[in-house]
Amino acid sequence: MDFTLRKVAISEPRKLTEQLHELFFTQPLAVLSTAGNGQPYCSLIAFAATDDIHNLVFATTRSTRKYANIQNNARVSLLIDNRSNEVADFHNAMAVTATGTVAEISDEEKADLLGIYLKKHPYLEEFVMSPSCALMSVWVQNYYVVRRFQNVMVLHVG
Amino acid sequence: MMNYIIPLESFAEHDAKQIGGKAYSLGVLLARGITIPPGLCITTRAYDTYVRSTGLLERISMELSRKDFGDMRWEEMWDASLRIRNMFLNTPMPSSLVGVLKGPLEEAFGLRPVAVRSSAPGEDSSKVTFAGLHETYMNVRGVYSILEHIRLVWASLWADGALLYRQEMGLDVTTSAMAVVVQELIDGEKSGVAFGENPNDETQVVIEAVHGLNQGLVDGTVEPDQWILERRGGRILSHTPVKRELIVVPATVGVHLEELDPGMREVPPLQPDEVGRVYELAMKAGDVFGSPQDVEWTFLQGDLFLLQSRPITTLPDRRSTDDRSWYLTLRRSFGNLRKLRDKIENELLPEMIVVAQALSGKDCTSLNDHELAEEILRSAEIYDSWEKRYWRYFIPFAHGMRLFGQVYNDTVRPVDPYEFMDLLVTSDLLSVKRNRMLEAMAELARKDYRLLAAVKVRGDTSEFREFTELMDGFIDAFGDLSCGVSSCSYDRESIKIVVRELATRPSGREQGRPRDMEKLTEEFLSLFPGEMSLFAAEVLDIARASYRLRDDDNIYLGRIKRQVILARQEGERRLALRTTAAPGTISDQELVRALQDPRYVPQAAVVPEETAGAKPVRIRARQLIGQPASRGIVSGVARVLEGMDDLLSFKAGEILVCDALDPGMTFIVPLASGIVERRGGMLIHGAIIAREYGLPCVTGVPDATELIQTGCRITVDGYLGIVILS
Repeated sequence: MDFTLRKVAISEPRKLTEQLHELFFTQPLAVLSTAGNGQPYCSLIAFAATDDIHNLVFATTRSTRKYANIQNNARVSLLIDNRSNEVADFHNAMAVTATGTVAEISDEEKADLLGIYLKKHPYLEEFVMSPSCALMSVWVQNYYVVRRFQNVMVLHVG
Repeated sequence: MMNYIIPLESFAEHDAKQIGGKAYSLGVLLARGITIPPGLCITTRAYDTYVRSTGLLERISMELSRKDFGDMRWEEMWDASLRIRNMFLNTPMPSSLVGVLKGPLEEAFGLRPVAVRSSAPGEDSSKVTFAGLHETYMNVRGVYSILEHIRLVWASLWADGALLYRQEMGLDVTTSAMAVVVQELIDGEKSGVAFGENPNDETQVVIEAVHGLNQGLVDGTVEPDQWILERRGGRILSHTPVKRELIVVPATVGVHLEELDPGMREVPPLQPDEVGRVYELAMKAGDVFGSPQDVEWTFLQGDLFLLQSRPITTLPDRRSTDDRSWYLTLRRSFGNLRKLRDKIENELLPEMIVVAQALSGKDCTSLNDHELAEEILRSAEIYDSWEKRYWRYFIPFAHGMRLFGQVYNDTVRPVDPYEFMDLLVTSDLLSVKRNRMLEAMAELARKDYRLLAAVKVRGDTSEFREFTELMDGFIDAFGDLSCGVSSCSYDRESIKIVVRELATRPSGREQGRPRDMEKLTEEFLSLFPGEMSLFAAEVLDIARASYRLRDDDNIYLGRIKRQVILARQEGERRLALRTTAAPGTISDQELVRALQDPRYVPQAAVVPEETAGAKPVRIRARQLIGQPASRGIVSGVARVLEGMDDLLSFKAGEILVCDALDPGMTFIVPLASGIVERRGGMLIHGAIIAREYGLPCVTGVPDATELIQTGCRITVDGYLGIVILS
């Protein structure tokens, strides 16, 4: 009946970070959303995350619409999830929406991030190394984590 | 190939898994020449087809994954189970499945009455038995009614008790399934149970018997005659007759409990030769399975039928580690609830009121230190004893609402499984009466700006006679506001603060929605034919009492607790100069010792260090899932209740967020625009009071008071059971 001091360990940021890390490690693909002239535009991309999950890295050729959009508006969003495309996803799946700012990685910074990217996607080496291809990095501000169909937590990273 | 339907006499060994334990053992006994009522088994394949083709499978999964099982209270299990049951009730079988089942059922039973029983794989395994967790329906007639009851038996795969034992039972949404046995109902003249081995003495067999059907014996409403026999040879060692008063007989639908014919009261249900035949049956069943069996049986015109046989086992006892199992044993039969109500209304509540009054008659400030020490001990002891009774009698009586909910849902089949609550809502709750008195004071203040001004500046209001009388009446009836929580400010100021806040709201916002209770009640009762409407009316009556008492008992218990708190506070006040320990941190024993010994310095109890919050939290909730406990949607500013100060600083229109809403706090509910509670359940106090005021309410939100902060804008969606944080 009393007001008792209840200090429950709330889902700590560390635990959630680990879960995201695991998700990013196991999911090869993400949906990237860019905007051009106010028109949202989605693309399927192969991505990789840095260990601290602050950055999401992907590659694109410079002639794509997403690349053009990014030149005008660096604010992007990504969706990464573990759905199986079956009904069980409604209670089982986890979906993460990342929001942040994207920039092309300069040659000086490239070594580390390229290593991370190719470690996850070794089959894309030829593609990434092509002179027409840009390696992009999203500096993530927030992760919106959806589980149990409707449970949403926000993790601030940037 | 798996079949949908198999006659009990013709299944093969490899069918065992899809016909379940009960059907399997009946089939084996039949093959060994034991008489059983003729019947069929609807295999697990039918269940599978049903839940997959209708999409129920994922709906069950979603329902059960709203939160971790470990976080679920027993009330939430009951709620989940109720919602799942309603899904089964409202989801017809696909016509292709009806097509397959209809022919064989019609051919086997025609319009003859049948029993529809669960036969879950593993239900009666030799390790543990989960007898009684799943449903059995007696006296069902006609193929469409049988098909409906098959669905109800399927639903009982997800009964609250089954959810609790899900690990032991290996219950899993994607792989678990339920078979069903449909058997002719044997309208036996006498029935009973034989325990192939006396749990207290393995050299003995125990036989229990009643007149009529054995439902009354199994659920405990009819007391049986008992015989004890030697296991070897079957010699009768003793017969214990009882006062035979009641009998269970088939009604038009289902079974019915009635007075036993006076001529039958003197006659034991079994003659010695019949006791011998039951003994033989139990021993034979034991031989067939190679271990002693518990056997249910019935006699019809000299023929002895075996109804059910299962290995002797004991229910797993997990009371020590998981007290939720204790709550779930509180399912009460109709007869038990009736008795319980009588005891509560006519014995316990009147006594509780007398005790509370006697306690509050004592002014602690006028006692000397020794007397005060005694008062602290005495009031704590009285409170403890009432708290025990509270758990033993009042809490189980909450099942009155649950029983009604089940009867209502089975009959009405509403889309909202909690529609039945509309018939229970009443304005007679004590906490509502209390709020009405506060509202009357607020109304005076609204009409008289001088009074309002006096209340606002917490000035003297004694010149306002009507207001003062209301305030006196309020304190007489309910004590001051703050009691019932951990501290007790014994003054009128807290009442004025609430009245002031109430006065800022327009008047007359008590009931959320207009209801024509008489019409609703009449409509409900008209759904039951003949004598069934009497039963329905009594179930409803018990449910209303249960609903009302669920709330009122808390208030009375709160009054007793008030004296405990006042006595302690007085003690702490007197010892304040002698110790640095903060109020509330000194145990009763320490207080008493210090009051009795002027040289003793009381010590504070060790309070565990707070461990959470060491790291800066970089995580926040955006949307949280709970249970939809009262419909509606509202957005507003959250006020998280952590202590008395939060109660008194509550502003009109704020959304109340708390760990568990206590009746001692409900006076601020009229100020709130919505309620969010960590504790889960649809029938808990917070949910009841929210429905009473028509406020959107979500309960069972894990860590609600940590994840939501005072001042945060939130939206409470009482339709879907979610809370959105802006």
